[in-house]
Formats: sequence, C-alpha cells, structure tokens
Amino acid sequence: MIYYQGLQAESVRFRGYNGDQGDAYYARPTRAEKFPGVVVIHHLPGWDEWIMEVVRNFAHHGYAAISHHLYFREGDGSPDDIGARVRAAGGVADAQVVGDTAGAMAYLRTQSNSNGKIGIIGFCSGGRHAYLAACSLPGIDAVVDCWGGNVIVDDPKLLNDKRPVAPIDLTAKLNCPLLGIFGNDDANPTADQVNRTEAVLKKLGKNYEFHRYDGAGHAFFNTFRDAYRPDQALDGWKKVFAFFSRNLATSAASVAAE
Amino acid sequence: MCSYIVEKAALVGSAKGRKGWMRIDTANVYFDHPYYSTLDHVLAIDFTNEGEGGRDRVAVELSADSARALVERILAALASGEATHAVPLREAAVAAH
Repeated sequence: MIYYQGLQAESVRFRGYNGDQGDAYYARPTRAEKFPGVVVIHHLPGWDEWIMEVVRNFAHHGYAAISHHLYFREGDGSPDDIGARVRAAGGVADAQVVGDTAGAMAYLRTQSNSNGKIGIIGFCSGGRHAYLAACSLPGIDAVVDCWGGNVIVDDPKLLNDKRPVAPIDLTAKLNCPLLGIFGNDDANPTADQVNRTEAVLKKLGKNYEFHRYDGAGHAFFNTFRDAYRPDQALDGWKKVFAFFSRNLATSAASVAAE
Repeated sequence: MCSYIVEKAALVGSAKGRKGWMRIDTANVYFDHPYYSTLDHVLAIDFTNEGEGGRDRVAVELSADSARALVERILAALASGEATHAVPLREAAVAAH
C-alpha cells in the first residue's frame, strides 16, 4: 500500500461548457509516475474547504484529482457568496455541469501524469451530477454517487429548464461501473428511493454496487458537519478506494487499494 | 437535502457587511445544508441589494429551533416597540385637541 506520499495541490484553469474558462483545484502525487484521474464534483452550497480536502485525499492515495468550480461564471468573490447567488438564481443547468465535467476530465487526460483512466465522484447534488455525467459522457471508467438526491424525481414540479430530466431516466445510457454510498437515515435520497434506483440498475443489467449504512444520514463523510459518522465514513472511503483501484489502476502499485 | 428552494422577501432596510453599511432590498430565505455551520440543515437568510447587482450579502445560518424563536422575538419586538412609540403620538394627538 502507498501512503503518506508527497503531493502538490494548486488552483488551475480549465475549459468547460461552451469553451468557458474557469477555476479548478488540482492535486496529484509528486513522484514521476502515471496516475488515474478522479473528478470530484462539489455539493450545492459550493466549492468549499472540505471538497479541497477530498481532492488532496485522492492525491494522497495515488490519484490525480481535480474539482472544478461549478459556479465560476459568477465571477470573483468568495465561494460561499457565489454559491448563495447561484442558489438564489435556481442553481446551475444540468447541461452546463455535464459540459464542465467533460472539461475537467479533458484537463486530467492532457496532463503528462495521466494513465488514461478517469473516475468521477460527487457528493449530495454532486452525486446526482456524477450519475448524470456517467449517463451522458463517453470516457468515464468508474463513477461514485455519494447520496445524490433527486436521481429519482417523484414530484414532476422539480423538473424545469435547468433540470429537465430525472437522471434515473437516463440509466440505460450508463456504461461504466457505478458505486453508490448511502445513509439509511437520509431524507434525500430516502432508503426507498435508493431501493428503486437499484431496481432500475438491476433490471437494465448494469454493473453496480450499493452500500447502505445504518446510523448515518446525509453527508456522513463530511468532517465539517455534525452529520459526520466516523465508523461509517471510514468504511465508505475503503469502499471508494477499493472500487477506484479495481477500475482505474493500470498497475497494482500505483494506487492504494483502501 | 440540496433543494434549490428559496423564498424571496422584498425588504426596505439596511445591513452592515464586510464593506460597511449598505441598503438591502431582498432577503433570500432557505432551509438546506449550510456552508459554514456544522448543523445538517440550517435556516439561512442572505440579505442583498438586488437593485445594485446583489453581489454583496449579509448572511446568517440558524438552527431551525432558533429561527422559529427569532421569528417570535421579532414579532414581540415589533409589537412592544410600536406600542411604546405610539404613546407619545397618541398623547400629542390628544393635546392638540
């Protein structure tokens, strides 16, 4: 296993949807090898400090990881103020998020350290975005949905110009392995919605694995929140790293398996 | 949950932010995941001036219980304050007759 390795982290510019240029946070191991790439999609409140920690954690485990700022078009300002403005405007459009995610993937692929494999992981609304991207974009080798809400949309009023389709309805187009991590006490997605998502994946013969945790609700990986559940989160992270190691590593020694 | 549900209230008032005092015309109110608080969900209020672009805000994140208590205290303060300030006006009106 490879732990405690040197890493470098910095803000970079990437080109996203419509060719627009924005900020991203990029971290990778410093040793001269090839690494799998991971795109980390942040949650609705914004591009926050915890997400930066997640990016560095992937680098620590042997991945070149990037988190693109989904709200960069709002211009200068602190991520929390920008996130508040985006929320007040009804959020960002799914098509834009998918395009920006393709741009973040392209950034990773063009780096000299890329092993050619790309995984995507998202949290909360980012989990939904990860599911959506994996059903929309070519070239994704593995996807992790961490408690993405509104993958199933029970209230049609929640569909609009920005979010016109429920991701579950795109599941037939999913063409990479999917890992789902969920807390059984979560209100969005509920345990019932997770079961219904799994039923669709099973019916369509998709390659997936779901892990459900008792005593955990929404965002239970988030060390900045009261929702953090250390035992469940540690086990969940093991599942994530084992999944990415199986699907993204091109040499056994390149990444940590847990 | 990440809901995108925001209640907008039109306001007449002012607030003090990082650049000092500013006029505000809008409060964006929502109950969702916080940015700063450690709570799972908060009642958040962003006071902004949409008429001037809405780029600056004064923000609060409150627990649900404390938000409800605050609503009661606001109403109580308005009731007692308006009653108190109305007394001299009534006295003045009586004296004028």
